[in-house]
Amino acid sequence: MEYLKKYPKLFQWLFLLAVFFGLCFAIDVPETYKFIRGQAEFIKDPNQSVYFFLGKEVRYYAFDVFWRLPPLLGWLPIWINDSLFFLMNEWLPMEFWNEDTQEFKTRPLLLQISRNLTSFMTFLIELIREILLGGLNTIVAFSSWDFIDAYPWLALPGLPWTIVAAGATILSYKLSGKGLALFAGLTMIYISIFGQWKPSMQTLSFILVAAPLSFIFGLGLGIAAYKSKRVEKALYPILLVMQTMPQYAVLVPALVLFGVGDHAAVIITMVVAVPPMILLTILGLRAIPPEVIEAGRMSGCTNWQLMLKVLIPTARRDILIGVNQVIMVCFSMAVISAFIGAKGLGFNLLLALNQLNIGLALEAGLCISLIAILLDKMSLAWANKQTDYFGNLTFFQRNKNVIFFAASFVIGIILAYVGTFIFKGSFNYLFEIPHNKGISTADFWNKGVDWIFDTFFIYIKAFNTWLIQDVLQPMRALYLRMPAVATLVLAVGAGYLIGGIRSALVVCALTLFIALSPWWDRALVTLYMATFGVVISCLIGFTVGTLCFQNKKSAAFMLGICDIFQTFPSFVYLIPVMMLFGITDTSVLIAVVVYATIPATRYTIEGLRSVPVGLHEAATMSGVNKFQRLTKIEFPLAFPHMMLGLNQTIVFALFMVIIGAFIGTEDLGQYILKALSDKNGAGIGLTLGICVAFIGLIFDNLIRTWVNQRKKHLGIS
Amino acid sequence: MSETVIKCESVYKIFGENAKKMLEDANGNVDAKTFQEKGCIVGVNNASFEVAKGEMLVVMGLSGSGKSTLLRCISRLTDATGGKIFIEGQDLLELNNKELIDLRRNKMGMVFQSFALLPHKTVVENIAFPLQIKGTNTEASISRAMEMVKLVGLDGRENYFPRELSGGQQQRVGIARSLAVEPDIWFLDEPFSALDPLIRKEMQDEFLRLQEKLQKTIMFITHDFDEALKLADRIAIMKDGIIEQLDTPANIVLNPATEYVRKFTEEVPREKVLVIEDVMDTSSKDNLGDLKVSKDEIIENVAEKILTQEKIVGVIDSNNNVVGSIKPSKIIDTVFGGRKDGN
Repeated sequence: MEYLKKYPKLFQWLFLLAVFFGLCFAIDVPETYKFIRGQAEFIKDPNQSVYFFLGKEVRYYAFDVFWRLPPLLGWLPIWINDSLFFLMNEWLPMEFWNEDTQEFKTRPLLLQISRNLTSFMTFLIELIREILLGGLNTIVAFSSWDFIDAYPWLALPGLPWTIVAAGATILSYKLSGKGLALFAGLTMIYISIFGQWKPSMQTLSFILVAAPLSFIFGLGLGIAAYKSKRVEKALYPILLVMQTMPQYAVLVPALVLFGVGDHAAVIITMVVAVPPMILLTILGLRAIPPEVIEAGRMSGCTNWQLMLKVLIPTARRDILIGVNQVIMVCFSMAVISAFIGAKGLGFNLLLALNQLNIGLALEAGLCISLIAILLDKMSLAWANKQTDYFGNLTFFQRNKNVIFFAASFVIGIILAYVGTFIFKGSFNYLFEIPHNKGISTADFWNKGVDWIFDTFFIYIKAFNTWLIQDVLQPMRALYLRMPAVATLVLAVGAGYLIGGIRSALVVCALTLFIALSPWWDRALVTLYMATFGVVISCLIGFTVGTLCFQNKKSAAFMLGICDIFQTFPSFVYLIPVMMLFGITDTSVLIAVVVYATIPATRYTIEGLRSVPVGLHEAATMSGVNKFQRLTKIEFPLAFPHMMLGLNQTIVFALFMVIIGAFIGTEDLGQYILKALSDKNGAGIGLTLGICVAFIGLIFDNLIRTWVNQRKKHLGIS
Repeated sequence: MSETVIKCESVYKIFGENAKKMLEDANGNVDAKTFQEKGCIVGVNNASFEVAKGEMLVVMGLSGSGKSTLLRCISRLTDATGGKIFIEGQDLLELNNKELIDLRRNKMGMVFQSFALLPHKTVVENIAFPLQIKGTNTEASISRAMEMVKLVGLDGRENYFPRELSGGQQQRVGIARSLAVEPDIWFLDEPFSALDPLIRKEMQDEFLRLQEKLQKTIMFITHDFDEALKLADRIAIMKDGIIEQLDTPANIVLNPATEYVRKFTEEVPREKVLVIEDVMDTSSKDNLGDLKVSKDEIIENVAEKILTQEKIVGVIDSNNNVVGSIKPSKIIDTVFGGRKDGN
């Protein structure tokens, strides 16, 4: 009884676990139950039960409700799909004038809007792409094919790669200095001579369209949310879901609404890239000291002047950090959009992976990684750059960079011209090196992979078998063994114990949505893979983080590594693991572990670092040794921040598990992948995405609530 | 007294939902405690006063006393919940947005505790900011701003960014910015509180020098009683949103209205605050000695001279007319005596 009084929370948790396991043992697995692979595919099977809702037929395998809940939301994906179809193809038909055929044509309004929007996007992408690579489409858009035939010299020739490389170098120099300029120059040269120029520029043109548009929308919505509580309240749930929604899942509805290709990808990229911009805009505007705003108002600013001349410039850094986020999201979407036919590096990577040509995949992957690092460093340097006074500089000093660029422009063109004489009859390497016509190391890597396979095959295979048979299979079986009721009780109970009624209700609603969808079993598999990844990642991350923290230099070094790895689009991580472990669950899980270890390590170091120096000194003066200081002072204080790291780790792990479906897993991701090639897949893809987002949000809610309480308790915020 | 510039009539500021309705229900009898129980916080409670042209009113109070809130009501950075505020006879609360902006652009200047400079603009651009907002062209606004740079003694640093300046220098920029449009009314919200003591004293002296030259109508907020005594024509002491006493420094020191005010005055060295006029005897002008002192002298400066006299000292005004007298014992009484009464 004494203990009961001393640790009431502990006993509440024990009681919850007892109830959970009690339910697990009390409810037997129904004899008819098997992991049904086709549950959502609505195969007609006489054993299935059927119900109708809103005119949609839902078929499912019925079990005891304690074991599995019936998919009462099974109609939702079909309904979403049919509604989308109706809106796009039948709703509000109107007459539109068609330039090409010179006649009126009846088309549904939304379809027309979507078509106009996509052709506008296509135009923008083509424009930038043709500046970088040359082409005809932009000129044609303003004239006609006949016009081009008459004046063939009008075709844009595209910039020689030397000019683009020089431009990137000069820009990097202006933003950050010699180091970044060198890196930019080398990256550009590497891309070019390894024959990745064309896909890289395609990807770049994609970003150059998607990022500015996302920035404008994000900034606008962010300002609107800052100004009006109502807008913020309306946006908040969407922002929350979008942050935990796998990027992969939003591609599916994009297919239905905008079709296949770059234009669809750009539009859907904006959907993903705008939320972080909104969040950072709000954050930045909120962080402005109130006195600065008052100073602006007392200077007699109108609302517009206040926004443009006081608020936005003062919040400049946060807004530019938002730009950095936007660019990185756009880049990773540019890679993933290969699934819906966007051109560029991602497309080549996907192709290479599909052919299991690891060497080519590695080359594309390396290119992607280098560009990711470059874009990240450049945009961060921009954010951190402070305004300089330049009134007293000479004309040359002020316009140094422009002059240098103009000079390199001329030199580049001369070089390209000279190149036509040097490389007569072959490719002009000083103008543009065609795709895969540069130096290629693919063979080398492929041989290397073969060698690794030949040499270590037995060990890798043994490890693989052990992991799958002795760890993963039993774990998976355990997760699937959980009765739905027991899982619900556990989730709701945890919510109640951590955050009271409010949290319990939120968690209950989120869990119920997944339980009532047709994919509960799949969600459990997703959860098992994520759990495995998170546990291992946290063990590694917390250990590595703690060790690195012992020394200031190693801590900074480790954070630098985390920064670099975090910029890589998640898809890239699949290359090395496929190289070593082939197409198995092991590959996916290792990729998950590698990817999710980044936030675990980062937050551990940051958390430990945030312990005030004064406390360190106080502890040292109390005579603690290093180990005592770590366990008694640093860990307890850093723990809330480390838990936020856990939160991030979970989101990262979920993302990777979902992308892992590309290699072949049996979780929610597999269905998202399937939905991509299904013409009725939009509703399914969206619902699946929401399911994954909700898994993330359940943990997000629990962890955040706990962390906030803990921080309040410790008096840190 | 010359014309009234700022006039407040029972101004209330109450934070919280339903504040307006609760204030109406309270019928002018606002009690902070009962309001707090209902979820409202009283910022300013029934403030009425006037500030005359060229006068400096210092509002003194500890943190949370509502002094900054009062200032923000008068500059209408927040809207008062009740009462009336007149600026040069105009009802401030009746102004529409455009008129308010006009008023701020031409009549008001404000200095902030945390300087509140724009981080992306240089010193001269910061100072020119209110002018440019008004629509003055770049050249004129910059040349005016350069005048202000000279006025506050920052020549040579006009192209620095705020991040490159010390606290004292940043506040000089703040002061210059608030004066750039030549406002008639000058609000200063704890302008020197964020500075260290030596710089603070320097800035106070500088501020007095400026005011001598400019003769603005000033509302000055501070939590430092000594600062209030040093600068003020009149002081308003606030506590929990209520103005406890509003009077000249001398009267506050000599006749504190409440126990709360007395606590502040106890530690004040009277000889540094009071002038001869405050303590002289106007009834007897006979038996005067040779020494005559001006009625405007601060006691500290003449105490030694008076104390070495055996006879009664005569007090004269600026025209050399005898207006009163003072005994040496009165000086001793003033410096040492008053404090004992308090205990």
